[in-house]
Amino acid sequence: MLYSSGWGDVNVENQAIIEAEGLTKKYGHQIVVNHLNLQIREGEVFGFLGPNGAGKTTTLLMFLGLTEPTSGKVSVIGFDPTRDPFHVKEKVGYLPENVGFYDDMDARQNLQYIARLNRIPDKISAGRIDESLKVVDLLEEVGKKVGTYSKGMRQRLGIAEVLIKEPKLIFLDEPTIGLDPDGTNRMLDLIHSLSREKNITLFLSSHLLDQVQRICDRVGIMIKGDLVAMGPIEELAKKKLGVDKEHYTLEEIYMKYFKEA
Amino acid sequence: MEDHFSSIRFLLISALIVMVGVIIASMVGMGIQEESKGMAKPTLIFLWLFTSTGKLFSFVQFIGFFGPLIGIFLGFDSINRERVSRTLSKLLSQPIYRDSVINAKFLSGVAMIAIVLVAIVLIISGLGIRLIGVVPGGEEVWRLVIYLIASILYVSFWLGISILFSVMFRSTATSALASLAIWIFFSFFVSLGAGALANAIAPVSQSASGIDVDAAIKNAQIQRTISLFSPMTLYSDATTTILDPMRKTTQALILMGPLERLSLSRFQNPLPLLQSLFIVIPHLISIVAITILCFGVCYLVFMRQEIRTV
Repeated sequence: MLYSSGWGDVNVENQAIIEAEGLTKKYGHQIVVNHLNLQIREGEVFGFLGPNGAGKTTTLLMFLGLTEPTSGKVSVIGFDPTRDPFHVKEKVGYLPENVGFYDDMDARQNLQYIARLNRIPDKISAGRIDESLKVVDLLEEVGKKVGTYSKGMRQRLGIAEVLIKEPKLIFLDEPTIGLDPDGTNRMLDLIHSLSREKNITLFLSSHLLDQVQRICDRVGIMIKGDLVAMGPIEELAKKKLGVDKEHYTLEEIYMKYFKEA
Repeated sequence: MEDHFSSIRFLLISALIVMVGVIIASMVGMGIQEESKGMAKPTLIFLWLFTSTGKLFSFVQFIGFFGPLIGIFLGFDSINRERVSRTLSKLLSQPIYRDSVINAKFLSGVAMIAIVLVAIVLIISGLGIRLIGVVPGGEEVWRLVIYLIASILYVSFWLGISILFSVMFRSTATSALASLAIWIFFSFFVSLGAGALANAIAPVSQSASGIDVDAAIKNAQIQRTISLFSPMTLYSDATTTILDPMRKTTQALILMGPLERLSLSRFQNPLPLLQSLFIVIPHLISIVAITILCFGVCYLVFMRQEIRTV
């Protein structure tokens, strides 16, 4: 996280890709996100946990410049999403919860539409579309209308769509919610491989703790707009459950924080 | 950006309108053919195709009345359909400016409206040339062009209204009903209400000595002022005057002395194009203004809306 003083050995991998300082969002008098301070390093998989309505999605929307923060500073891939959403959206993918598609088009048409909105020339996008459909294992279903897709397939198509713009960072909002066990596993493997093989930073919000535990390097726990804990899972376990405990689950840690809040 | 062409709904409505347009044109055209048999051809007969009422109503009246429906059908679910299918937040997370979404929705709608209206006018003109055997002159063509521009603006105004509702209401059914309600209000009730209100404010008493002239004028003025609030009145006043050179004013009631009447009846010549245009320029400007105003409100509401309410 810290740079050394010398010229040569600035550790690029550890540069912050998201930085939030005192980020606050109020709707009227209701405080949805309260003075959030957060740093996400390049290349990590960060799990953003919290119960429903804790302000996770609002935080994501502020990072993307889709919602204006009431106060505080954010920087995402070096740009301020409030002032300069254009540059952020160019290099940051967002998979909303229950992503929607144009159901009367097939997968390729959907992806091509998004590619055009990203001003990717058709010649280049054709290759990228095939590649990303292959990554999410949907090449065989490509001719079907998206309206006929199952929930798991839609979610994977959502990932393919995000990959079209070759993002540095992807926000995933509840990526596995409502999927069957097989769909969940495929999704988690996919997310894991994106991080490992393409070195994409992943920021996923979820309340499905065992899944987060499987793939995330670090987690943050948000309860009622406050970020109550942040760090690697082992560290949080030591802090909350005692040093000696060898077998722990994220759920135990989470419940402890939840009860305290 | 848009897939208007492929939508079945749109094909239906344009088919309907084209069909009605053709029927009206052939009816009116044949009427003109019979009437003008053995007569010297009057000037500007070609425009009769659009303004003469035939058996039911003229083409101009028809567009004035049902044209708004094209606009409403094109726009009522433009934003909230994206919302319901959850594609709006995805769309907005792409590197495009937020206003380009609403601009594209509006402009593609306007383009569709222009295509449909120009096509109908061309169909009617073509049929008319065959039926009455008169080729339009330069002035008639210009009058038609002005008419077309006014019609496109007028239908775009209704497109703006329906897009506004689609931004404001989450459900497509609500926005469709709201747009239709506004349409019905302005098409039927404003003209009815204008009469009633004028009678209430300035009643015209029918006494033995005849009608009280001052009261009658006041009544007519109030009625007119109120009905001018309706975009439909604005539009139909403007277009009938543009297409019918014999009309010299948009007023319904003109007060004149016997000499004025005499002089008017002597000069029964059509107005030149520029003069017709001069009469209706306030109407045209009002139509432009309400269209821009409507889209402006739409734009503002959409830009300020919290994405979270999706």
